[in-house]
Amino acid sequence: MTSALLEIQNLVKHYPSVKAVNGIDISLKQGICFGLLGPNGAGKTTTIEILEGIVEATSGEILYKGEAPGERFRKEAGIMFQSTALQDYITVRETLQMFANFYPANADINDLIRRCNLTEYLQQDNRELSGGQRQRLLLAIALVNNPDIIFLDEPTTGLDPQARRNFWDLINDIKAEGKTIVLTTHYMDEAYSLCDEIAIMDHGKIIAQGTPKDLLKANFDDVILQLPEAELENFDLSSFSVHKKDSHIDIMTDDVNRVIAVLIENNVSLSQLQIRSRTLDDLFLELTGKELRA
Amino acid sequence: MFVKRFLALLSTRNKEFIRDRSSLGWNILMPVLIVMGFAFAFSGDIGKQFKVGVLNQNAATELARQFLELKHIEFYAVTDLERAIKKVQRHQVDMILDAQQQQYWINAESPAGYMVEKVLLATPQASFEKQTVEGKMIRYLDWVIPGILSMNMMFSALFGVGFVIVRYRKNGMLKRLKATPVTAFEYLSAQIVSRMLLIMVVTAFVFYGTNVFVDFVMNGSHLSLFFIFALGAFSMISLGLVIAARITSEEAAGGLLNLFSWPMMFFSGVWFSLEGAAPMMQMIADIFPLTHVTAAARAIMIDGASLVDVSYHILILAGQSVVFLLFGSWYFKWD
Repeated sequence: MTSALLEIQNLVKHYPSVKAVNGIDISLKQGICFGLLGPNGAGKTTTIEILEGIVEATSGEILYKGEAPGERFRKEAGIMFQSTALQDYITVRETLQMFANFYPANADINDLIRRCNLTEYLQQDNRELSGGQRQRLLLAIALVNNPDIIFLDEPTTGLDPQARRNFWDLINDIKAEGKTIVLTTHYMDEAYSLCDEIAIMDHGKIIAQGTPKDLLKANFDDVILQLPEAELENFDLSSFSVHKKDSHIDIMTDDVNRVIAVLIENNVSLSQLQIRSRTLDDLFLELTGKELRA
Repeated sequence: MFVKRFLALLSTRNKEFIRDRSSLGWNILMPVLIVMGFAFAFSGDIGKQFKVGVLNQNAATELARQFLELKHIEFYAVTDLERAIKKVQRHQVDMILDAQQQQYWINAESPAGYMVEKVLLATPQASFEKQTVEGKMIRYLDWVIPGILSMNMMFSALFGVGFVIVRYRKNGMLKRLKATPVTAFEYLSAQIVSRMLLIMVVTAFVFYGTNVFVDFVMNGSHLSLFFIFALGAFSMISLGLVIAARITSEEAAGGLLNLFSWPMMFFSGVWFSLEGAAPMMQMIADIFPLTHVTAAARAIMIDGASLVDVSYHILILAGQSVVFLLFGSWYFKWD
């Protein structure tokens, strides 16, 4: 017997030409938001689709509430795929009602409509929905059976910043109800804002796992000083740890005062200097050497 | 829960089809246009050639042989007299001549039969025994209508189910359904029933609507015809399920559906009779469900046949339905 809501042990999925998931272990406690991060092709979607029961694993064990996922799991799980087509000529309300009829127990549909801001679009044909409206409907569908565990696969991809923020509010509401969320995302600010725990995947393996703060603390004890490249043209950077990004140069240091003193001493203009703490973007770059949004 | 899930899928699919006005319109309009086209094309007798069925052609008397040598009359060998006489009754053949017994059958109401009789008896020494039959004229239009209705059903069944399933698989809708408690059986049942309902309503609409304009022959029971069309639709929808069971590309599905539908359209006796066709072609035609729907519907509409009379076709269609449905369900994949 396990106390975790979802327990994954040594999960493997091999396709003829690629090892998409190569032996991962995850343990999810009830009520947390778990973020699965990684670059394109890291194995996130394959992993989440194995957990959802869509893709069959090559080997490994998955336990939901202590038993192999089956009929009970399908009734208690809410799923929002990366991309799902909705039936043409069917309205938002009819779509929600159809999915509600698939389950023995449902959430209050009217409450769901209100929470997902769908009231204005109820009689609208699925074909006429905007990106944000569509994502909110897909989230409502994922919640229609009042699930215990919700899988959200890149739910805000393609949304404008305002729609993303609205979506985050919705997810925070769901979290507040004590539901367990498994989220994959390309956006590190999203993961940082929503997730209690994250796992970073690359080449089918988990390369780091923990709370965002703990991971940052464990990997970094420095800050970044960012300056335009042009300002540092005649400055010798060889004694610093630096990273060139677009037209800027990042100087990584745990002694800000010393670096600033050296820059002033060498007549480097600091008018465009920015100092920031390490983020999950930096962590990912550090661990995988890849840009997250690549 | 099965009923609830099944009804949810059925009702949504029905709404989707009914609200797709262009698709619904074409489903109704296409067979009507074909029938009207044929009614127009065969409205005159321009270029008609007389047609005479000949019994005992090899043992023809000298007098009969002289008649058989005439030009501009199409002679064909007859072995089954009863069947041949039926064709005279329907005006499909102008005369049947027993070349040995010097006996002939014509339809008393047929002008063409009257003309051929005059030619047969033109020689002064001609001594042929006359037999007359009666019967309403069966136009090509009457003969072809059961086939057109069946063919329209076939296209609606194959493309309406097969193509839609492949489209849903490709765009991820089936994958989304897989993640719910809905089973493949529930989903496929809803697709079959939805399409059957729509096919039967559209076929009934086309049947009665077309009849207003062309007044075609219907000698059998409407209920028997309904049964045959329902069974035929079920069989061809099941065939559509087999074709769409795993394909993920709409292009491949379109190609495969055409591969099945076009040979059926041409070699199932929709447009021309398979009587006298090469045995190999008849064997191939016998495999197609459309052959059996068309033959049974034609027998009911033209000959007034009962379900017992067409039981051979019913058995084949029922057997094919079971095989297609079991295989299609077993082979089906959500994604």
